[in-house]
Order: sequence, then C-alpha cells, then structure tokens
Amino acid sequence: MAASNYEKFKSDGTLLGNVTEWMDARFPMTSMWKAHLSEYYAPKNFNFWYFFGSLALLVLVMQIVTGIFLVMHYKPDASLNASGVPVAFASVEYIMRDVPWGWMIRYLHSTGASAFFIVVYLHMFRGMLYGSYRQPRELLWIFGVMIYLALMAEAFAGYLLPWGQMSYWGAQVILNLFSAIPLVGNDLATWIRGDFVIGDATLNRMFSFHVIAIPLVLLGLVVAHVLALHEVGSNNPDGVEIKKKKDERGIPLDGIPFHPYYTVKDIVGVVAFLMVFSVIMFFMPEGGGYFLEYNNFVPADPMVTPPHIAPVWYFTPYYSLLRAVTYPLFGVDAKFWGVVAMGAGVVIFAFLPWLDRSPVKSIRYRGPVYKTLLAIWVVAFFILGFLGTKPPAYSFFGIIPGAPVAQLFAVYYFLFFFTMPVWSKIDKCQPEPDRVTFK
Amino acid sequence: MKKLLLSLLIVPALAFASGAELHLDKAPDRAHDTAALQNGAKLFVNYCLGCHSASYMRYNRLQDIGLTDDQIRENLMFTADKVGEPMRIAMQRAEAKQWFGAAPPDLTVIARARASEFGSGPDWLYTYLRTFYRDDTRPTGWNNVVFANVGMPHALWELQGEQVMGADHELKLAKPGLLKPEDYDTQVADLVGFLKYMGEPVGEFRKKLGVVVLIALGLLFALSYALKREYWKDVH
Repeated sequence: MAASNYEKFKSDGTLLGNVTEWMDARFPMTSMWKAHLSEYYAPKNFNFWYFFGSLALLVLVMQIVTGIFLVMHYKPDASLNASGVPVAFASVEYIMRDVPWGWMIRYLHSTGASAFFIVVYLHMFRGMLYGSYRQPRELLWIFGVMIYLALMAEAFAGYLLPWGQMSYWGAQVILNLFSAIPLVGNDLATWIRGDFVIGDATLNRMFSFHVIAIPLVLLGLVVAHVLALHEVGSNNPDGVEIKKKKDERGIPLDGIPFHPYYTVKDIVGVVAFLMVFSVIMFFMPEGGGYFLEYNNFVPADPMVTPPHIAPVWYFTPYYSLLRAVTYPLFGVDAKFWGVVAMGAGVVIFAFLPWLDRSPVKSIRYRGPVYKTLLAIWVVAFFILGFLGTKPPAYSFFGIIPGAPVAQLFAVYYFLFFFTMPVWSKIDKCQPEPDRVTFK
Repeated sequence: MKKLLLSLLIVPALAFASGAELHLDKAPDRAHDTAALQNGAKLFVNYCLGCHSASYMRYNRLQDIGLTDDQIRENLMFTADKVGEPMRIAMQRAEAKQWFGAAPPDLTVIARARASEFGSGPDWLYTYLRTFYRDDTRPTGWNNVVFANVGMPHALWELQGEQVMGADHELKLAKPGLLKPEDYDTQVADLVGFLKYMGEPVGEFRKKLGVVVLIALGLLFALSYALKREYWKDVH
C-alpha cells in the first residue's frame, strides 16, 4: 500500500477509537476535520461582516433542501388546465394550499432567494471593505465572482418557474437580449428559448437548468471557493497576514481554531439571521412586492404585455446599466452595448485584484480618496437598483428625471473601477499594524 | 465607515416619490371576523362564482372560516358534487371571451395580484366594486373608475343601484338599489375580506406561527450567545 502523508488516528482501544482508526485507514477523515475545522486557524478579530460567508452556505443548503421538496409537487407545464390556468402556475398554488406545510416550504424558498442575494452582496462588500481579493486571494475571489454569476443564472431560471406574468415577461426581456448580438443573435435567442416565443420548451429547460445543471456548478464552485480559502487562510478587518507571525509550533499568533471558536460564533450569527429571515417570511413574505412581485400572482399570458416589466430587486442595478446605454456604436444597435454594459458590470468584479494598487488592504488604513469614492459607489449601486425597479420615464419627486440620473451613476459605476489603478496608488494611506486589532 | 453606513440608510428614503396617482379607499379588515368572512363567502358564490372560478380553492377548505362540510354542501355548493372539489365553473372560457371581450379571470389569488404601490389588493377590490357607473358607450352599459373600460358589467348592481358620473367627476347614486349605501359598503367589505382570505388561506395562521418561531429563536439566541461568550472568554 502506498504511504499517505496525512496523519492517521491510532485507536485507544474503545469502540469509537477502533471505528475512527478503521475509517482513517481508508478515508482522510481525521486529517480533513483538522485541516478544515479544528486546526484551521482563522484570525481572531473577525467582525460583523464576517458572518455572511457561513450564512451564504446556510442559505444554499436551505434552498437545496426546500427545492427538493418543491420539485416533488411542482409541474413545469405551460399548458392550460380545465379552468384555463397554466398547470405550472396552478401547481404552485397547489403547493400553497393542498400540500401539508407546502406554503412554508415555498415561502422559505422564495424568501431564501432574496436572502441569498442580500447575504452574497454583503459578503462581496466585505471583500471590498477589507481588500479580501488582494494577493494571495485572487483565485478565491474569482471563484466567488463565478459563484455570483451562477447564482444570477440560477435565480433567473427559477423565477420563470411559477409562470406568472412577471416570470414570463421578465424572461422575455432577458432572453431577447441575446438577439442583440450582431449576425447570430436572433438564431441564438431562438435556440436558447427552444421556440420563437417563451413557451413550454423554455419552461422545461429552465426547470432543468434550475434544479440540475446550475446547482451542480454552484456546489462545485462553492467547494473550490472553500478549498481556496483554506489554502491561503482568511483575511481579516485589518488586512494583515496572520501567517507572518507564528509561534514555535507554527501556529499564527493571531489565529484561533475555526472549531470551536468560529463554529460557536457563527451559530449566533445563524440564529440572528433566522430571526430577521422569519420576520420577513412569516409577516411579509411578499416583501412589499419586491420579493414576490404582485403581478406574478397573475398567470402568464402571452397575449397581455404588462405596462411595466421590472426584474426582481437583485437584478435591478444591472437592469439600469442595460437601459443606461442609448447610443449605437460602430454601427451596432444600442441594445447590444447595453447588454455589454450589463455583463461588464458583473464581470468587472473579477478584475479587482489587479485594479487595486493600494499599499494597504483594509479600509481602516486607506486614505480619504478610497473611502469617499467607495461610499459614492455604494450610493450609485443603490440608486441604479432603485431606478431599475421603475419605468424609464420615472422622475424623483416628479422633477428630476430618472433616466439621466441612471446614466450618470452608470458612468460612475464603471469609472470607479477603471480609474482605481490610479487613485488607489496615490491615496494617502496609514501604516498597517503588525498584528491584528480589535475595534 | 460610520458615514458610509449612514449614507446607505439615507438612500432608500429618496425612494418615496411616485408618478400617476390612483386613489384607493382602505378596505376594512375582516380577517378576524368569522361571520363577515362567511357572509363574504355567500356573496362570492352567489354573485361571482357564476363567471369567475376559484380553481385553487377547495370547498371544504371553508372549514377555516368556521363552516362544517354539511353547511358548505347545503349553502354554498351549486355546481360541484363533492365537498373536496375546487371552485370551478361551467362557463367555457372561449365563449366567455366572445361575450365579454376577455375571459373572466380566476379569482383565487386576485387579492394578492391587485396589490400595487397605490394600496393593497383588498383596497383595490374594495374601491373597484364600489365605483361602477352607467356608461352607454360601453357594450355592457357599465364602466368603472379604477378599471377603465372594464369588460365586466356591475354584478352587484341590484344591491348598490345605479351610479352615474357627474360633470364634476364625482359618482352620484341615480337609482337606489336594495341596500342603503352604508350597508352596501359593509357587504362589499365582507366580500373583499373573503377574497383576501381566499388569496392566502394560511395567512392568519402564518402570522401566529411566526410569533411562536420568533420567541423560540429568541431563546435560542440567548443560549447560543451564552455559549459563544463561554468559549471566547480566553480570546484576547
């Protein structure tokens, strides 16, 4: 037998010890436990922002488990039943009424979708605050951006399934974007839809993507994300490397074992999160029309276009970027460049490790330029998101037209990234401490 | 950092500004009034269920609002045989579309679908059902304030009577119906209360359960926080 280089458990003669030794001879159980939990050393100064990684994992598991039960009763079928309602739409209401506890499983899943994005946005913003994407965590960050992309695809496919008016027309708008690509666009859009319009073929393939293809990709990426994290070690709010200062046993001086310290701490975070989540799920599952759009309680009708089509809130910043581009360039339609802007708005995060030239990682030691520009960027993200929920003709207080405001902030959104190599380098930073601090 | 978080709080406040106004009257709450909900169910099967289905709703679900299977069977079931059947209708959709211009929509979740930035779904329904008026330019002879050029005639006209639109854009009761205006409003409120219940039969239970869940999570929070403090005592 080939010698393996990982540590194996030696039995102390008890039954549990014998079983562990038997397992360890055949599977890296003890060494995995140690490498990822009991001897994974995380910085001891994690703050509020560091809850969202484990919370994202919690929501992922919750979505998968509730999803499994929903699939047992949901029917991806666009044909009309005896009462003239699409079978898919009726099957969701069947879950809400006739399946025992079905309403709770469905609300857990629909609220979970929005919660997933809230948690992931906060998790990403944490990375921007403390420079978690900087060397040596570039690949960890890129896996994260890929997770975010997969999550968007997952949410988009899932949103079609209830087959309401917003499901239908939202998908119509988004899938039509492919037709903006020069030359091959129209054929590509037809190929993706599986029909000339959104129909049963589209619903069935989106169901397949939503429950099989994308979750597989998502799970693989999450494993890669966690493995990469445990390879390089966690960043912290001070942005200093704890591995630089180790004790005689090679353990970082500012590190504490993930288990039990962060497992017990994350349990507190989980319970607090579940409390907020429960307030929404039990008392306002529609989230004021943002988590479950009102118009989606009307079954999909290809003959009736809603007066205003808005994507769900988590896509609206990018929807604003799409609509902000109104000039044709190089003889290609403005719509195409809108699609490019929308895609670039997401993908640009992946380049952050190389755009940021600051000598320090954490916002705690950065200069006033980064703090100001980041604050404005956050405002831009919110304004773009808000305007994305409104029709293009919307104006603030009836006087400030929304469209040029969206264009202004769209330009800022990109300028923030494009000019980062310049200002991040010249910004007046403070010296980083040698060791982590509690603030 | 603090300034940054503060600015995040201010941005959503800008969001309160809207375009075209639609004035809706607030629908009275009937969620805890079993008698009103039962009256609403009676009005629904008598006046609505002829043309509108409620096909996700089973008759025996009405046990929620204090009715027994026998009461449901004797008083509310006109077209179904078994108490476990959904509230379907006999009218063919294709024909209905010819008669009214649009097939009457299923009403099971209408109270959720009609919500908007102007008010809740029940508010919309409560206003809609009270603002029909005579309009000879329409095929049915009826028009509506919140749903302009609606295909549906005024199904409750014998209760409300006939309203006309005055030159001042105010509705006036031209021909009284069986009910006094205040009584008509009460009946519509009961009907809308029932539609709201039907939109989400589990709605009231959901809120009660939510309170229990939050109390349980509150206890768990105290416990988990104590556990965390115990473990973290020696981290400095």
